[in-house]
Amino acid sequence: MKKKKQWRSFAFFVLPGFLGISGFMLLPFLDVIRRSFTAAATGRFVGGDNYARVFENQAFWLAVKNTARFTAVCLPLLLLLGLFCAMLLSDFAQAQFWKSVFLLPMAMPSVTVAMIWKMVFSKGGFLNRFLGASIDYMGTGASFWVLVFSYVWKNLGYTVVLWLAGICSVPKDTTEAARVDGAGWVRVWIFVRLPQLKGVFYTITVLSFLNTFKSFREAYLVAGSYPQEKMYLLSHLFNNWFAALELDKMSAAAVCLALVLLIFVLLFFALFQRGEEA
Amino acid sequence: MKAVFRRGKQIGLTLFRIVLLALPGVFMVLPVLLLLSGSIMSAQELSDYFRPLWEDTGDYIGWRFLARYPVWDHYVRLLFFTPPFLNAFWNSVKLTAAILLSQLVLSVPAAWGFSVYRFRFSRFLFLVYVVLMLMPFQVTMLSQYIVLNGIGVMNTHLALILPAAFSTFPVFLIYRGFRDLPRELLEAGRIDGAGEWDLFIRIGLPLASGNVLAAGVLGFLEYWNMIEQPLAFLEDLSLWPLSLYLPADAAGQEGIAFAASVILLIPAIFVFLLGRDYLEKGIVASALKE
Repeated sequence: MKKKKQWRSFAFFVLPGFLGISGFMLLPFLDVIRRSFTAAATGRFVGGDNYARVFENQAFWLAVKNTARFTAVCLPLLLLLGLFCAMLLSDFAQAQFWKSVFLLPMAMPSVTVAMIWKMVFSKGGFLNRFLGASIDYMGTGASFWVLVFSYVWKNLGYTVVLWLAGICSVPKDTTEAARVDGAGWVRVWIFVRLPQLKGVFYTITVLSFLNTFKSFREAYLVAGSYPQEKMYLLSHLFNNWFAALELDKMSAAAVCLALVLLIFVLLFFALFQRGEEA
Repeated sequence: MKAVFRRGKQIGLTLFRIVLLALPGVFMVLPVLLLLSGSIMSAQELSDYFRPLWEDTGDYIGWRFLARYPVWDHYVRLLFFTPPFLNAFWNSVKLTAAILLSQLVLSVPAAWGFSVYRFRFSRFLFLVYVVLMLMPFQVTMLSQYIVLNGIGVMNTHLALILPAAFSTFPVFLIYRGFRDLPRELLEAGRIDGAGEWDLFIRIGLPLASGNVLAAGVLGFLEYWNMIEQPLAFLEDLSLWPLSLYLPADAAGQEGIAFAASVILLIPAIFVFLLGRDYLEKGIVASALKE
């Protein structure tokens, strides 16, 4: 096809959406970058002052620390638990049924989840009744683990589905060949199947990482804008700054977060590409 | 004899698997049962069970999965005597429908454009779309606010519909559906004199349908459950969607809260069950494999 015609056709199909994306995301983000270097009230250029104020802010570091800890605990837990369930489900006749069961939490609206968490994790809730204890899980450091549980509960379904799709795409004759050569169940998994799941592994990691930000919903609906300290995440911070109209601090923080995420995503793409070629 | 032994081993293994899967599985299903059973309990029964939750009696919450005297009071009150609830319900329907429809109209052609016309710029732009798709709401919240405020749609439903309509996730998902596009067919069509638009209608649309449904199911679950956006962009409570509607203080209102949750859950479960295969397909397609 002629180059000019190709451009024209491409623009015809993509431009309507692209205009909106430029208008609602790309251009305003440039404005956010500009604002991060100016004072919100006067619009004067203030250099790195906003960034300095963000980095001096204690709530910011609390949120960063909690979010980092949350991610560091949740990702490995979710990946391993998902892999374990997917292994149980591979070549299992009832796989379809169990996948549906595991996906069910995806359909549960967050307000509903929040209400049930209150019934389970309050001082007089089901968990304490089961354990015979009287711990206020939401009001102590345990609130962090409630959030972890909630995250794994909600995200396990698609993790299992992705792992399982990866496992099914490993050709049968490779595993058969390994078995004929005398490899047992364990060795087939470790040496034949797992190395082929690299791509799926990267995918699940990126998706689950970005879903950690959505845990804010349940946390917010259970405990409001200022939850127990250990549950205070970056999302809470952004929300509270937005509500207080601290736009200069917020724009600096948004630029930082976007930068960190961009580096993370590109790094993963690079690793992923290499994993694919190998 | 050997065959019997092998059969026994197989049954044992299957049982073992079921037990291991049921452990997490119970936690996935129990909340739904809890809601259903609670929504038909009388206010009296619920307040008995819930007292230890609101007052520090040192006692624990109780439960029966079959109500002592099943009642429909809560549903009747919500559906016939609580106008704000119905209002919130219709807000949700309106928002979700508007978002999904506009996403459909915008993203199917865009996905087609990206997969048919591949040159350096289109590939780069697609990467930008993927990165945008992966940015959480907190990063884009301020940018969206600036524009929405500028064009004067803050505190209206348009403030939620417009940014969501241009989400890049459905573009990505539908693009994946065109992966196995038969390129020879396109060339053959062009030689026969078909225009680019004809090719899109004749070849693109039928090919896209599966992933469009997948995007629809995932999108429905996402937007039916919108929390952050209405919280940030809508001040007027009468505009809020159902996903934020629950009696402010649940003490004494448990029955209403349960019934409201069930009503909120029904469309989600319905879409979930109908679109289960597409949901799965969508999840697999969103895998970032090129």
